[in-house]
Amino acid sequence: MEKQDKTAAIRAIIQRGKRWDFLFASIGLLCLAFGLLTVLILVGRMGVEGIERLSLDFFINFPSRRAANAGILSAWVGSLLVMLVTALAAVPLGVGAGVYLEEYAKRNWMTDIIEINITNLAAVPSIVYGLLALGIFVYQFGLGGSILSAGLTLALLILPIVIVATREAIRAIPGAMREGSMALGATKWQTVRYHILPYSMPGILTGVIIGLARAIGETAPIITIGALTFIAFLPPVPFVEGAGLFDWVMSPFTVMPIQMFNWTSRPEEAFQANAGAAGFVLVVMTLGMNALAIWLRYRLRKNIKW
Amino acid sequence: MRNWRERLIEGLLFCMAAVSVLTTLGIVYILVKESIVFFSQVRIIDFLTDTRWTPLFDDAHYGIGVLVSGTVVSSAVALAVAIPVGTVIAIYLSEFSTAKVREMAKPVLEVLGGIPTVVFGYFALLVVTPLLQKFIPSLPGFSLLSAGLVMGIMIVPYVSSLSEDAMRAVPMSLREGAYAMGSTRLQVALKVVVPAATSGLAASYILGISRAVGETMIVAVAAGMQPNMTFNPMEPAATITSFIVQVALGDLPHGSIGYLTIFAAGLTLMLITLSLNIVGLWLRKKYREHY
Repeated sequence: MEKQDKTAAIRAIIQRGKRWDFLFASIGLLCLAFGLLTVLILVGRMGVEGIERLSLDFFINFPSRRAANAGILSAWVGSLLVMLVTALAAVPLGVGAGVYLEEYAKRNWMTDIIEINITNLAAVPSIVYGLLALGIFVYQFGLGGSILSAGLTLALLILPIVIVATREAIRAIPGAMREGSMALGATKWQTVRYHILPYSMPGILTGVIIGLARAIGETAPIITIGALTFIAFLPPVPFVEGAGLFDWVMSPFTVMPIQMFNWTSRPEEAFQANAGAAGFVLVVMTLGMNALAIWLRYRLRKNIKW
Repeated sequence: MRNWRERLIEGLLFCMAAVSVLTTLGIVYILVKESIVFFSQVRIIDFLTDTRWTPLFDDAHYGIGVLVSGTVVSSAVALAVAIPVGTVIAIYLSEFSTAKVREMAKPVLEVLGGIPTVVFGYFALLVVTPLLQKFIPSLPGFSLLSAGLVMGIMIVPYVSSLSEDAMRAVPMSLREGAYAMGSTRLQVALKVVVPAATSGLAASYILGISRAVGETMIVAVAAGMQPNMTFNPMEPAATITSFIVQVALGDLPHGSIGYLTIFAAGLTLMLITLSLNIVGLWLRKKYREHY
């Protein structure tokens, strides 16, 4: 009799434990759904509101005082050119720094400082980079609110991402690769150039794409350096009407997120539809780049067998 | 010849690595340099204690507390969303979900973290504020509340991803020990895994806080930009970051007092995030468990 009582009591405890488990698992799933679905719904709604504005005209028109005529031509061209400068600056610097830290750096205080510094830079608010660029690039170097200033600012901003990705990719290469190359008489640089870099290229590429996806959505630092919100012309095309090859880098510009910000802050509803359409294009761009990076990482990881 | 070239390349690569240090030095240099000029015109005591912030008016007041209050309130609202939701998601993914759900959810969360913040600002102003106004009719068109809520949703992926990493790093043997003693999943999660991962959780919360403090576009779009000394989330107010954006949108001559204020504001922001980082480092050291 007593034994049965005890069994029943234990069963009750187990039941209670399972109920709590189930309750928490449900809450967890709910939170996960909340996190994922709210964002998906919001993006979907934005797409629906902007869809009427999404036509070819929207991509080939300049911004306008009349919402129905306004387009994002100067914004997407500006974003593209800024990304070009960013990539040209951030890729060599980031990869070079990553290679140095993994392959060359000796364990000393200088290396420690560089490493701590990179971790800290990743936590600096992006608007502070804007202030850095305003003080140094715009005024001290006299570059003004140009495509060059913006590209360099964003390059500094994504440098930690590229460096960390490079280091992780290089670290995944087994030491035997280096030893094999060195045993055949290659110098350190030859080993890096013909073995380390090619093998780590997929990982580096993934990091670069993720970094650029982050850069293309950055608004605050670009506003800070004084990008304009209303641009109804394109940067000079090289060799057309006497423009030099690099004249476009010094041109005033606007970018997608700034155009969207400008339209969002206007009270007229028609402009808010424009903002929705621009936001939808922007989200498709960043999500597309991120998805590409994730797919790339997945595919290349599957193919590599050391 | 060969040696010489190798040396040159090593030197070049070192210079590339040094760029990151130069960036930090550049940030400190420019913030301090312009702030010194600012504080030669404004007394530090006024900067810290004045309760008005009207740097661009004739009757200029420079009380940074006004902007700090906006930053504190919007961040508090954001964290009230992000920390509970992020932690529960992390516990769920690490201790409860199947591997399949985890493999699906992690990249999706990662990607959501990459949505541009100006898009979140659009949500806050045009979707969340009208929705909230249905429940709270007195809510103005711009408010710290809706900016903070959306900021919280934005920060959830950062908190959950780092917290989950911290919990997965807890050795399996601790869990197995607890299970062997008859613990349920929830008991293992809350009484074994969470305490063992405290340092990592703290680090993820600190990162969340510094994201919230430094977030710019959501508050610039949805919280209104008028300086307002308030601790009421239902009111519109400027934050440190949205003030910088507001000034940068206008046309301020280089070296004018308005130009200098954004560097003083930036220095304040930088000091806040820096102290958060130091607290995070200290917490991590203090609560780190060795296995």
